[in-house]
Amino acid sequence: MKKLINKPEDVVKEELEGIALAYPDLVKVHFEPNFVYRADAPVKGKVAIVSGGGSGHEPMHGGFVGVGMLDAACPGAVFTSPTPDQMLEATKTVDGGAGVLHIVKNYSGDIMNFEMAADMAHGEGIRVLSILIDDDVAVKDSLYTQGRRGTGTTVLSEKICGAAAEKGYDLKRVAALCRKVNINGRCMGMALTSCTVPHVGRPTFELGEDEMEIGIGIHGEPGRLRMKLKSADEITEMLALSVIEDPAYSRTVREWDEAKGEWVDVVLQDPPFKEGDQVLAFVNSMGGTPAIELPIVYRKLHEICEKKGLKIVRNLIGPYITSLEMQGCSITLLKMDDEMIGLWDAPVKTPGLRWGT
Amino acid sequence: MSKIMTKRDVIEWLKATAAVLEENRRYLTDLDSPIGDADHGINMDRGFKKVMSQLPAVEDKDVGTILRTAGMALVSSVGGAGGPLYGTFFMDAGKAVAGKTELSDEDLVLLIESGLKGVVRIGKTNLGDKTMVDALHPAVEALRRAVADGVDTAEALRLMTEAASKGMVDTIPMLAKKGRASYVGERSIGHQDPGATSSYMILKTLMETLASGHRATG
Ligand SMILES: Nc1ncnc2c1ncn2[C@@H]1O[C@H](COP(=O)(O)OP(=O)(O)OP(=O)(O)O)[C@@H](O)[C@H]1O
Ligand SMILES: [Mg+2]
Repeated sequence: MKKLINKPEDVVKEELEGIALAYPDLVKVHFEPNFVYRADAPVKGKVAIVSGGGSGHEPMHGGFVGVGMLDAACPGAVFTSPTPDQMLEATKTVDGGAGVLHIVKNYSGDIMNFEMAADMAHGEGIRVLSILIDDDVAVKDSLYTQGRRGTGTTVLSEKICGAAAEKGYDLKRVAALCRKVNINGRCMGMALTSCTVPHVGRPTFELGEDEMEIGIGIHGEPGRLRMKLKSADEITEMLALSVIEDPAYSRTVREWDEAKGEWVDVVLQDPPFKEGDQVLAFVNSMGGTPAIELPIVYRKLHEICEKKGLKIVRNLIGPYITSLEMQGCSITLLKMDDEMIGLWDAPVKTPGLRWGT
Repeated sequence: MSKIMTKRDVIEWLKATAAVLEENRRYLTDLDSPIGDADHGINMDRGFKKVMSQLPAVEDKDVGTILRTAGMALVSSVGGAGGPLYGTFFMDAGKAVAGKTELSDEDLVLLIESGLKGVVRIGKTNLGDKTMVDALHPAVEALRRAVADGVDTAEALRLMTEAASKGMVDTIPMLAKKGRASYVGERSIGHQDPGATSSYMILKTLMETLASGHRATG
């Protein structure tokens, strides 16, 4: 294992220390429990947005804290969901009186820990709603698995909902918007190499020189299938078609019902893409794939979208939701409407995403 | 009903578990690599180290408080799925024996049965999903049956551990339906579940702790 680290057990702590020193105008860092929060938190009267998850996906989530995006982010150990006390403290710190939205990726660990935290916050009289992101089309059915994982759409929902909160949307409206972003976003990823969790010291899975793994998540967990390495165009086509041709997807998720004061099952359905749709195209590096290769993927993706009658109205290209040093990429398409386009274009000022300010 | 477990035994159990999980940190993490995200051993070791740091403050308290403290330490330090699941296991186990300083064999059944129920509630887990429940459930059943039949404690705990071991091995051919392992689909078949393995270790350690305790007093 070759990494620019000191001790494996200090990686997250020292990363957070560096972030605090590098962006004091944007964020502050709280230690034990660990969370990154907006320097001007709590913003009075604004809905606060809190997300979190295992570390190793940087800049997500800590790099997306700031004006127009997240109010706080809770980093767990590498690839391990954070704990309820982190989420509870973060929630209390950023609540400006208008309530807090938890954006949670669909992993059993993240869900259980965020649910415990939301229950604790409710117990302390804080309004918390929770929306699940589950956009990964590599997972086919929701009946016999944990369901689709939360991947690329997470970044897009944090940007769009952050802008909405900044504009003054109330808690229910921000939550509804987040749900809308989730059901309209789909993602598929692939790996050329594995990654090495600092604590573990060796690659999470073995991949031959001439092999690739299709349908990976973002934790170095193995994907759905392994095959011989193909060209960028062929890989892009596989990923893009999996996303574009994914049929309507239905599943049951748990959401907090404020009126009833309990968690309720909600059935959500993703509408399939259709000709004429306007989309945001997000080409993401898994961390190890260099910037020179991403436009090659985007170029082919653009061609495929055109052929399929999808109009790319916005794009995002770069390493935004990574798996440590893994080589590979993911493609996310999000169907956009005018409201979402406006919110996407709104100013954002975070360590990892910045425009319009 | 005669008492089979003192609060000292409970503390010894937790300490011994911390040692066993530290020893098996690599092994549990290796089990988590092909079907998970290679962190289960690391998570459990971190969690029980936290438990160890919290124990001195509650050593004089009742069994319920000790177990609940251990559970809260796990929830606040493990993260992942293991944190809420094992945290709830010990918190609910603690609630079931609140106030007691000594446990009968029936109390012990209640303790682990309540822990299991907590796991199932939080995890919405079914038997056969290829999780820790596949080791815990048969173990609880075996212990309950043995105690109801009046089997002596050492033998009852041996039957419990045997059932946990079988449940653990039985996860190998299973297709995972919960947790990260469910994402690899068919490829989860052929691998032993890391959570079922850590559950087996925790219960086996319980058996060993009580066996050595009884030797000491006997
Ligand atoms: N819903 C569930 N019910 C019961 N046990 C579960 C459930 N989900 C996962 N598990 C157990 O948890 C074990 C994995 O624990 P681990 O500590 O590795 O968490 P994880 O799933 O990797 O969490 P994270 O998502 O943050 O990485 C599995 O082997 C399984 O036994
Ligand atoms: Mg794991």
